[in-house]
Amino acid sequence: MASLAVWKFASCDGCQLSLLDCEDELLTVADQVTIAHFLEASGDVLPGPYDLSLVEGSVTTSADIARIHRIRDISRVLVTIGACATAGGIQALRNNADVAEYASVVYARPEYLDTLATSTPIAAHVDVDYELHGCPIDKGQLLDTIAAVLVGRKPALPAHSVCFDCKRRHNVCVVVAHGEPCLGPVTRAGCRAICPAVGRGCFGCFGPSETPNGPAQASLLQITGMSEQDIARFYRSFNVEAFAGLAGDE
Amino acid sequence: MVMTMVDAVGDKGMTMPDAGLTPFTDGPARLIDMDGLRRLVDVLRDRGYTIIAPTVRDGAVMLAEIDAADALPHGVRAETEAGTYRLRHGHDDAVFAHCAGPQSVKDFLHPSRARLWSADRTGDGAVTTTGPDRPAKRLAFLGVHPCDVAALAVLDRVLAGPEHPDPVYTARRDGTFLITAECTEPSATCFCTSMGTGPAATRGFDLALTEVLDGGHRFLARGGSPAGAEVLAELPSRPARPADASAAATAVAAADAAITRRMPAESLPDLIRAGRESPHWDDVASRCLACGNCTLVCPTCFCTTTEDVTDLTGEHAERWRVWDSCFSLDFSYMHGGPVRVSTQSRYRQWISHKLGTWHEQFGTSGCVGCGRCIAWCPAGIDITREAAELAAPRAGNEPA
Repeated sequence: MASLAVWKFASCDGCQLSLLDCEDELLTVADQVTIAHFLEASGDVLPGPYDLSLVEGSVTTSADIARIHRIRDISRVLVTIGACATAGGIQALRNNADVAEYASVVYARPEYLDTLATSTPIAAHVDVDYELHGCPIDKGQLLDTIAAVLVGRKPALPAHSVCFDCKRRHNVCVVVAHGEPCLGPVTRAGCRAICPAVGRGCFGCFGPSETPNGPAQASLLQITGMSEQDIARFYRSFNVEAFAGLAGDE
Repeated sequence: MVMTMVDAVGDKGMTMPDAGLTPFTDGPARLIDMDGLRRLVDVLRDRGYTIIAPTVRDGAVMLAEIDAADALPHGVRAETEAGTYRLRHGHDDAVFAHCAGPQSVKDFLHPSRARLWSADRTGDGAVTTTGPDRPAKRLAFLGVHPCDVAALAVLDRVLAGPEHPDPVYTARRDGTFLITAECTEPSATCFCTSMGTGPAATRGFDLALTEVLDGGHRFLARGGSPAGAEVLAELPSRPARPADASAAATAVAAADAAITRRMPAESLPDLIRAGRESPHWDDVASRCLACGNCTLVCPTCFCTTTEDVTDLTGEHAERWRVWDSCFSLDFSYMHGGPVRVSTQSRYRQWISHKLGTWHEQFGTSGCVGCGRCIAWCPAGIDITREAAELAAPRAGNEPA
């Protein structure tokens, strides 16, 4: 039976919990794979190598760098899960700031910290087979990717805009019909357009789509009354580093 | 019932054709009121149809299954401009006075997701397969504007042509009942008069209604097929007086006059061919988000991709067909990479097919002038303006 390992780097654990949240499918998953390393679920750890590694979180320490290389070495297929692992996460806000200054404000004894100046995605350090975007990831994409790896096919992980999914599920466009600020036109699909489905704009948690047009998107947002600074801040969240080009942070 | 009607859009390159104001003359026109319209829904339901009609949802006119005519939008107008759409409620009881929302009959006949087949491995290692899902319902469309009737004729050519009929489409299209509502309230993004598809209904329907508000809320009704005439005969109605017919014609003529957006009045295939290397593509691409909305709301864009899925056991597999768009990179992905990397090339591909090569491929224009791609483009890119920009240097370069 194929073995599954789940790994955590700098992250909130929400994406790996998406696997535990697969309530209806969890027993089927457990029937198909040996859960060899998944500390959120069990303290029992089986030795590698592993057929499928799901990696959550970003690289923020030098120890992380050594560890992700070891994990890559013992993983046949490595899939990163979530905005931290695929884009550096919200903690990548540090990448354009002074980490020493941050640390001095937040921590009583900053000298105890051993941290890198940047938060970087896993793919900046090792080869990654597939990336599941999102904050958090989409449960359907997670299950489809596990199923795909098990039978040796490619998972369906589109890179086009969220708009495709809005129209496929017949959402009314919140930009055109309501004048809402929405990052859907420049954001990667995969969430099934859940925010526009309840009448609010996309806030870009899947990161940029394949060919985002920053200036055109900025014009859209300006119409809603957003200033240049508002627009830059809109992009500075879970995928701040991936959206840097659109936010004018590069 | 109107399955053979595939030529509602002319095929001569769209040079400002006749707007088709000649009334349909097969059988005398009748007059029905709101009660007659309510009865129409009942009659169709009794005949086993699922009735799809405009309704209001989330601030737009959306198509949905209705049980009664009261579910239609009452007194709703849609105000559109490039990139904006707003509903206005209020001042009368008109039920068909709203221009194109984001949906069209395409959404039901060529669904955004359709299972093409599924396969199961049985215990002895054999594989059983099932074909496309069959529709459970026979559909009646109520209140389809003439531009969308024309779009249906285009889809019929593409998806129900004799060479490669598409089983998903034809299974849904066969036996549909189509009630058109002549357009009496076009919006600023409409340009059907340039494409020869409206605002009057001339063919391709089972029943045509013209909503009249002047002198009392009523509908001029005409059968367009034997089935339509049969249904009409079941409704409480009275013969239309000349004054009624004239009021209906006036309403449609007013709509015709109100449509001011225009496609360039020249052969669009020639225009597109000549514009292949135009610098204007750079200008469009600077505004275009490549988000795909124009193609997804277009009532004739039919492109799809397929997704293969397996379940976790690997014993069950399905192939799904999903709406795609020529604006995605994957759409032109060949071995090694996508062919249309730039947004310039993707926009050019779309408009070239829609206005140009569609003629060669299907003997008709791909554009019916509904204006959806203009209103529902978040960036407000306007196909008529882009075509005019392509035409401008040509006009300027012509020898005196």
